[in-house]
Amino acid sequence: MRLYALAVYLFLYLPIAVIAVFSFNAGRHASQFTGFSVQWYGKALSNPFVTEALWTSFVVALSSALIASVFGTMAALALQGMKGRVRMVADALIYVAVMVPGIVIGIATLIALVTLFGWINPLLARLAPEGQAPQLAMGYGSLIAAHALFSMSLVIIILRARLAGMDRSLMEASADLYAPPFATFWQVTLPLIFPGILAGFLLSFTFSFDDFIIAFFVAGSETTLPIYVFSSIRRGVTPEINAIGTMVLAVSLILLVAAQLTLRRGIKTGAQ
Amino acid sequence: MQSQIDPGAQGQTGDRPLIAEFRAATKRYGAVLAADALSFGIGKGEFLSFLGPSGCGKTTALRMLAGFEVPTSGDVFLDGERVTDVPAYRRPVNMVFQHYALFPHMTVAQNIAYGLMQRRPRPDRAEVARKVDRALDMVRLSGFGPRRIWEMSGGQQQRVALARAIVNEPKVLLLDEPLAALDRKLRREMQIELQTLQRQLGITFVLVTHDQEEALSMSDRICIMRSGRIVQAGSPLALYDQPINRYVADFVGKSNFIDGVVSALSGEGGQIETASGYRFEGRVSGVLAPGAKASLSIRPEQIDLANSAHPGAEPVTVINRIFLGEHTEYLVRHAALGDLLVLVARQAEAAAGSFAPGAAAFVAWKPETALILPQD
Ligand SMILES: Nc1ncnc2c1ncn2[C@@H]1O[C@H](COP(=O)(O)OP(=O)(O)OP(=O)(O)O)[C@@H](O)[C@H]1O
Ligand SMILES: [Mg+2]
Repeated sequence: MRLYALAVYLFLYLPIAVIAVFSFNAGRHASQFTGFSVQWYGKALSNPFVTEALWTSFVVALSSALIASVFGTMAALALQGMKGRVRMVADALIYVAVMVPGIVIGIATLIALVTLFGWINPLLARLAPEGQAPQLAMGYGSLIAAHALFSMSLVIIILRARLAGMDRSLMEASADLYAPPFATFWQVTLPLIFPGILAGFLLSFTFSFDDFIIAFFVAGSETTLPIYVFSSIRRGVTPEINAIGTMVLAVSLILLVAAQLTLRRGIKTGAQ
Repeated sequence: MQSQIDPGAQGQTGDRPLIAEFRAATKRYGAVLAADALSFGIGKGEFLSFLGPSGCGKTTALRMLAGFEVPTSGDVFLDGERVTDVPAYRRPVNMVFQHYALFPHMTVAQNIAYGLMQRRPRPDRAEVARKVDRALDMVRLSGFGPRRIWEMSGGQQQRVALARAIVNEPKVLLLDEPLAALDRKLRREMQIELQTLQRQLGITFVLVTHDQEEALSMSDRICIMRSGRIVQAGSPLALYDQPINRYVADFVGKSNFIDGVVSALSGEGGQIETASGYRFEGRVSGVLAPGAKASLSIRPEQIDLANSAHPGAEPVTVINRIFLGEHTEYLVRHAALGDLLVLVARQAEAAAGSFAPGAAAFVAWKPETALILPQD
């Protein structure tokens, strides 16, 4: 039994370990480890294609995570105020949204946006003078929108749990102590749910930063880091790719741990 | 502020001017009538309690005063002003919540300063700090200001909640079962502290409780509630000595009840006849007509327990004996009247001797200590 568990873990983590180990390989070939070196990290980070893809990924992840946090928080607060069946349906829809496969979201977003652009672009062309009309196309906007849409459900789920566990009488106590509704939100509600918002933000960032499937459909001419890795891997696995993979892994792990820690800390200080 | 309320029916507010008043305040939750046309006044500086069983509408009444619930119909007045639709944050009252509702992300001092800091223009920092310190002093928590809420014990949190409310010098302080979460000894201490504090500050206290001992020991006046209505309001003594019906007598102190119908009425006194033909005299309290269903109420401490028969005494069998320190409580059984509770003072017991379970004994009481009460 123990051996079996060991095999599962090996199977899960060995490939990842191999990537991480060989990203420090001095030699070019993945078949043998010829010595320790960080030269591939240097090479990767000085490759303009890599840095550009990294920047794109960073901007998309940051923007979509910010949007998801703000709108997710508002949605969670609104859901909290709803009652009965409406709330049940709304809650169920949020859970479904998280379970929808990435490929479906990717295709759906692509079709929706293409259809939308198909309507708007001719309109823009008619409004603007000949040849100068701005044209909407896939790119940063569609990437951020698609990621924000998905991440929002993550944020809502985290915050719904947190809000449900919060003592309603805290808000009443604040009102009783002369704080109008907005002041109550600012001084009591927000600080208490903030760890949840932060955790939601970090999870959203991680999701967006290493998402390939959705990005592949809606990226247009933009190249995010996962898309870059995918396209360059077709020319063979280089130690450079190993280095990039290891860096993405490190960032994701750090953010996930941070999200867990903020949530746990929040539970201690937050709603009893 | 003038009131249309007949003080006789609601108990006196003394010579106090009214600080708060309900006028036919009704609150419905769907089919539930949580407050049924409540009409009564609260005197300035009074310590008033709402007492009643779970679900009778005590919290609802308090929340209408605080501004968390808007009455379905009727009005609420505070200090002469109609506040029926005024939101909680604009009402000059403060509440101590049952589970304290202290802000977990703030220190003790920040919690207490919260109400002061909401004032516009913002008050002077030094002034706030001074008031917070004084409030901490008052609840005997000097020096605890920088502590975190979760570093405080239950009793300490209770006092922080109290300080957070009184620091604002509210016109009325509302307390919703503030001591329910404390153990018995601590609760007794806090009861005394609350009473002392109320006298010092002169603030009107409105307390919700379902602990009759708590209400009896602390209040100037108690409102006994049942299903959204006030059955009787009055001083603890008045409620104890002149309950208007069996429900009140049952709720205030312990009592034995013998059911029957009114067989004679004469001025203050009357006579009740049980189904088995026993007749007992008693003082009439409440509104009764001849032939009406009534109960004879006898307080356990008014019953004499003797080991020999004497005129007017009824034979009983001792069922149980519980030693309570100053008193001994006997449960005795009468063949026709059922079980009776008898409280014997320590001295009396020392003189007459005690009874073991199973022993035969005789009970008697003076007719003027028994009350004849309407059953409803
Ligand atoms: N928000 C609400 N929605 C529906 N019904 C309610 C609500 N609040 C109270 N009630 C009902 O109104 C009635 C009075 O409730 P209330 O909380 O005032 O009772 P209470 O006397 O304070 O009882 P307890 O001693 O248990 O606290 C109860 O039947 C209760 O179920
Ligand atoms: Mg209650």
